Amino acid sequence: MHQTNFGDIARKRLAFLVILFAALALFAAPHGAFAQTAPQADAQTANPNVPTPQGAVASGAKPAAGAAAYQPLGPEWIKGQPTPGGIDFQKQYSPTGHFAYKMHNYLLLPIITVITLLVLGLLLWVMAMYNRRRNPVPSKTSHNTLIEILWTVIPVLILVVIAVPSITLLSRQYKSPPKDALTIKATGYQWYWGYSYPDNGGFEVISHMLPDEEAIKRGEPPQLGADNRMVVPVGVPIRLQTTGSDVIHAFAVPSLWFKLDAVPGRINEKVLFVEEPGIYYGQCSELCGARHGYMPIAVEAVPMDKFNAWVASQGGTAKGAAPAKPATQAPEASAAGAPAAGAAPAAETSATPAAADPAA
Amino acid sequence: MATTADTFQAHAEDHHHDADHKPGFFARWFMSTNHKDIGTLYLVFSIFAGIIGGAISGLMRWELAAPGIQILGQISLWLNGNTDMDQALHTWNVMVTAHGLIMVFFVVMPATMGGFANWFVPLMIGAPDMAFPRMNNVAFWLTFTGFCSLMFSVFVPGGTAHGAGTGWTLYAPLSTSGSPGPSVDFVIFSLHMAGAASIMSSINFITTIFNMRAPGMTLHKMPLFVWSVLVTAFLLVLALPVLAAAITMLLTDRNFGTTFFDQAGGGDPVLYQHLFWFFGHPEVYIMIIPGFGMISQVIATFSKKPVFGYLGMAYAMVAIGVVGFVVWAHHMFTTGMSVNVKMYFTAATMVIAVPTGIKIFSWIATMWGGSLEFKSPLVWAIGFIFLFTIGGVTGVVLANGGIDDNMQDTYYVVAHFHYVLSLGAVFSLFAGFYYWFPKMSGRMHSELLAHIHFWVFFIGVNVIFFPQHFLGMNGMPRRYPDYAPAFAYWNHISSIGYLIMAAGMIVFFVNMIYAFTAGKKAPANYWGEGATTLEWSLSSPPPFHQFSTLPVIEEHHSHHNAIGDASTVGAH
Repeated sequence: MHQTNFGDIARKRLAFLVILFAALALFAAPHGAFAQTAPQADAQTANPNVPTPQGAVASGAKPAAGAAAYQPLGPEWIKGQPTPGGIDFQKQYSPTGHFAYKMHNYLLLPIITVITLLVLGLLLWVMAMYNRRRNPVPSKTSHNTLIEILWTVIPVLILVVIAVPSITLLSRQYKSPPKDALTIKATGYQWYWGYSYPDNGGFEVISHMLPDEEAIKRGEPPQLGADNRMVVPVGVPIRLQTTGSDVIHAFAVPSLWFKLDAVPGRINEKVLFVEEPGIYYGQCSELCGARHGYMPIAVEAVPMDKFNAWVASQGGTAKGAAPAKPATQAPEASAAGAPAAGAAPAAETSATPAAADPAA
Repeated sequence: MATTADTFQAHAEDHHHDADHKPGFFARWFMSTNHKDIGTLYLVFSIFAGIIGGAISGLMRWELAAPGIQILGQISLWLNGNTDMDQALHTWNVMVTAHGLIMVFFVVMPATMGGFANWFVPLMIGAPDMAFPRMNNVAFWLTFTGFCSLMFSVFVPGGTAHGAGTGWTLYAPLSTSGSPGPSVDFVIFSLHMAGAASIMSSINFITTIFNMRAPGMTLHKMPLFVWSVLVTAFLLVLALPVLAAAITMLLTDRNFGTTFFDQAGGGDPVLYQHLFWFFGHPEVYIMIIPGFGMISQVIATFSKKPVFGYLGMAYAMVAIGVVGFVVWAHHMFTTGMSVNVKMYFTAATMVIAVPTGIKIFSWIATMWGGSLEFKSPLVWAIGFIFLFTIGGVTGVVLANGGIDDNMQDTYYVVAHFHYVLSLGAVFSLFAGFYYWFPKMSGRMHSELLAHIHFWVFFIGVNVIFFPQHFLGMNGMPRRYPDYAPAFAYWNHISSIGYLIMAAGMIVFFVNMIYAFTAGKKAPANYWGEGATTLEWSLSSPPPFHQFSTLPVIEEHHSHHNAIGDASTVGAH
């Protein structure tokens, strides 16, 4: 599963390129400090491999105590959501997100801005200098080999400068998760999401959009809030698999720089890594029929012990704990998706903590 | 040489009394074998389809002007006879689908390849007509039939409600098991018709350009618009059969129990996407390359200079066409491709920026040292260069597979492709239209109105589409009828932009009414010394049959001033 050949090669040249980018960024953007931010990005992006999965196993041993303590995060934890009137990406909370965000804002955006302004400037110049009044007799120049070579070669160089971090970004995004990483499977249905936890007993949580009034009542953004969130542990790489049950959907969370199609008959897989506890919203991003716009994704990232408590509250077992009994399915009440049923998270939390007690 | 064209026309008047003899109305417009009349049919059809496609986008901008559902209920009531919410939401998808298909297959393609290419390829290469005049006619009426089929599909069941709500890409399984009812079948039929028509007209163009050039006009002396049509025709001939295959498989999956795209029978939905985009990516160049050609003609004419780097310009189009066939999967970065495949498609896609850059810089270099006359076609062409550059550089951003993981299927993509198409291709269409309209109609349009049209339209489309970059970066997905309040501000601005743009279009139609009712008669060469291609040696409008004596292109003229003899004709 080590498919990162190009990227590995590219990364060895990174030191040289960092200097090159720094020069470019200094030239092009007000953010002149890229030379400092780049290694920092490196350190962060290296992270997903550092946190060992033992953490998951170790903390898995003591879930019972926290089981009853699980409470869904309140609106004060909302982190990944669109900014009203925003003109930038959402704030990023994942290592690849930081890398990609910096690559866009400090490399791509300055380059494309400079190119666009250059073209605009040249157009204004020729309009000002070579109009009929100023220049009544047109020249007959129709060739200049040097300039034609230049405007072929310089764009090639610019593209190479873009391509190297781009390839690096790809290789980082597609690093395989550690063998014992927690697996979560997101299934797209018409028109809701199901999140199943095969490492935790295989239960599936069904997630519908909250009606607008209900979302506002709970302090969540309308169109984005979901009755049951996809709860994930924070700070560890998660093997997120996606599939579609009927048509193609796409699991997307902009603040985690994550988008992966959920295709019927296929399991797609990518690492999801959330750096901070919080709530991160996303929306289905592949046209899937009438209610395509009404199946949001709400990711709730919590520390591992709280995650295990949540798992217990769903009737599952902590990863690594001895399998107790056949997995219980998600509460049918919420699976039915009736807004009224979904509107009662408190009741859900208290559901059968005893039954969920793992045999640890 | 100064009298070549005059001689030929005098000749025509003297001996060929049928040179301007037109058949009766029905025979002329419904059974036409005349490339100019067929070109006119295509242009009228394209404008008509553009009004419908533009009206649909107006309804969409109305719906998106504020959070919540504004008008979908009413539209659905009219279309489906009830106000069921799911049906109303399906109607949204029908509008998205219809807008995309109409604009791509029935507005831009009929205007560029049908209208302008039919009109001006024979004129520019000195040919009396197209190689296969009857096939030319069939192609138009097949396109028209396809459009009727697409319109019809809106009024028959398509799953949740009437109409096909699959997006213009018709992704399986939404377009197979996800859309019961005959609607999607009508859409497929429509694309088959339009595709067959395009293949026919492409064969026609290739044959015409290879075999019917006037004596002395080598390939390297052809005007760049003819080059652009040649490249586009090859793209169409190579790409459309793949689309035909893909949608035929959809058809059999839908109706005859095959499982090409159904995982339950061993198929794969992603196979459809590969097939579709193997057509779909060349398709975007099919829409823009004839525009490149028109812009080259316009810029050279109003700079009073030959095109800078003619060969580079011609082969840049060839290069864009060739590379355009090996980059398709950048539309599918999130489908779960392996990382090495993503790396390849990232790198290959960025390569396209190089020939595109050559074209942009060559246009500017053509103007450099020129004696620019800011007539309406040039103003539209300069607008094109700037806006196409914006659309091009956002394309470079999207080419990065890792960045696209966030951008895919957001409004950033919508903004990108509208900058290259709605602003790029459409600006080139208006440049070409104002450039040639008096030649085609024999009447001068109002330059003042054309300039007002430009400025209002330019402001309008930028207000529509520039904020959509922000929406996309902020995370708003495509094809959503409703959105979180955080997206409200820029959506509202975008909808205001639509009103400005629509006002610009009203100016355009006023200009057309003016031209046909009060427009001055157009002389043969109304743009003066810069207009050097062969169509300017003919009257405006040209005689019903032209070039019964072929014009001769002199050998001693270098290729960048290919049509030198005609230029002297135009100058006197």
